[in-house]
Amino acid sequence: MQLNKHYLLIGVAVGYLGLVLFIPGAAVFYQAFHLGVKPFLSAVTTREFIEAVKLTVIIAGITVPLNVIFGLCTAWVIARNQFPGRALLMSIIDLPFSVSAVVAGLMIVLLYGRNGWFGGFLENIGVKIVFALPGMVIATIFVTLPFVAREVIPVLEEMGSEQEEAARSLGASDWQIFWRVILPNIRWGLLYGVLLTNSRAMGEFGAVSVVSGSILGKTSTLPIFVEQAYKNYQTEAAFGAAVILALLGVVTLVMKEILERQVHHN
Amino acid sequence: MAGNYSIKMTEFPSERPLAKENKIKQLLGKISIPWTITISYLILILLLPITALITKSITLGFDEFWRIATSKVAMSAYEVSFVTAFIAALINGVMGTLIAWVLVRYQFPGKKVIDAAVDLPFALPTSVAGLVLATVYSDKGWIGQFFAPFGIKIAFTRLGVFVAMLFISLPFIVRTLQPVLQEMESEVEEASLSLGASEWQTFWRVILPPLLPPILTGVALGFSRAVGEYGSVVIVSSGIPFKDLIAPVLVFQRLEQYDIAGATVIGTVLLIVSLILLLLINLLQQWGRRYAVK
Repeated sequence: MQLNKHYLLIGVAVGYLGLVLFIPGAAVFYQAFHLGVKPFLSAVTTREFIEAVKLTVIIAGITVPLNVIFGLCTAWVIARNQFPGRALLMSIIDLPFSVSAVVAGLMIVLLYGRNGWFGGFLENIGVKIVFALPGMVIATIFVTLPFVAREVIPVLEEMGSEQEEAARSLGASDWQIFWRVILPNIRWGLLYGVLLTNSRAMGEFGAVSVVSGSILGKTSTLPIFVEQAYKNYQTEAAFGAAVILALLGVVTLVMKEILERQVHHN
Repeated sequence: MAGNYSIKMTEFPSERPLAKENKIKQLLGKISIPWTITISYLILILLLPITALITKSITLGFDEFWRIATSKVAMSAYEVSFVTAFIAALINGVMGTLIAWVLVRYQFPGKKVIDAAVDLPFALPTSVAGLVLATVYSDKGWIGQFFAPFGIKIAFTRLGVFVAMLFISLPFIVRTLQPVLQEMESEVEEASLSLGASEWQTFWRVILPPLLPPILTGVALGFSRAVGEYGSVVIVSSGIPFKDLIAPVLVFQRLEQYDIAGATVIGTVLLIVSLILLLLINLLQQWGRRYAVK
């Protein structure tokens, strides 16, 4: 009787997950390959598709290192210092997670767009930010800002500052302390943050879509390519790009499991 | 910089004026490279854009702001956004609690994979989610075909918006609740049962009360995410005003029509709502922590 009840609860839980998550998840792969590999291959070898992949990789390639530098600095500032407004600073860092991606994009348009604050200045010096790569990078930096700091703060707090102080009293420079003492201790937490940043940077759609102008083959990333292709009734192309992004998601989830185990292990 | 300081300290421990000078140095030393990078990056990436949005709203003037913010299209978009997100978050509050419970308390084959896959909405780009939900829940789709004979259309209606919001808000509840459930000892329930309480009583009086703060936190997080969601909804809905148009999509449409004022006002309303939700979530988390300390 007790066991039956357990099975009923498990059944309801798994059934709901199936309807909402798993069946849609499986459908990505089915839709991409149900006509065989050929339509998939022809979809992923078009010029627009390759340009979208390139742009996605470039944006993530700029965003991730910048946010790692910021995340490490912020995590150190928060974990190693007591100061008024510390809790507020932590809330401010989390802000991009609660702001709608479209609103984030809108803010960047208002700042750097033609009628924006810096619009006139940028036009004078001939730099284009909105509807071009820089704007898309800024939008991506905005939405992925909190990940690294969030993962590194608890690790730094747990580590304590004794080892740093010991190294300092033995005459190590700040730089040496960072590379030899801090980094080895926080490496798994940092990698976890990098993983989440990269996954979101490659997958961000809303904010980037607002500032990109979605010019196919020019300012369209993979997630934008998915939408554009679907709107143009190129279902094969849409699912071809979708399956690549879904694979990226699966790899991220698997690596997340591995890293989580490492973080808890240490 | 700080390294030099501590060495100096040990060299001249008794000299008072120097100690004072060192204190000033220490304060200045705090404005080190990490501080500089943190503050300037936050100003450049976060505060400047937010200020741009708010200033643009203010320059419109209160009357104009109010007129756009309460226009018929906007009001109907808020209604679709907030009501649909609220229902989705509530349903996920119940189902997410059940899923977290099953994942923590029971053993069954495939549990590890299912547990990991709960994060799918975090890992899948929203446009991919929208594309696949629109396909699976369309009239001829894997799931939609079972609803079509009853005249229920899901994709490209408000129900599609609802399904997308269910999809993206589910992990928030499960992931907020799981660690709390893991901490909770099953002895308390066993004690309650052995003292003659029924299962129903044990659930309502023993299990649920300490779980309430994390459940509500998860629901608020899920609601906040669902209200701001754009990518999956824009693909799975038709974006028709007064039907299934949500507020973030309206912001995008206004921008596309070069109606900067319209986009700014509705964007500001969304920003204010998310700030209020952030505050609420912080309060809920504090409440939950008080429960945990006990």
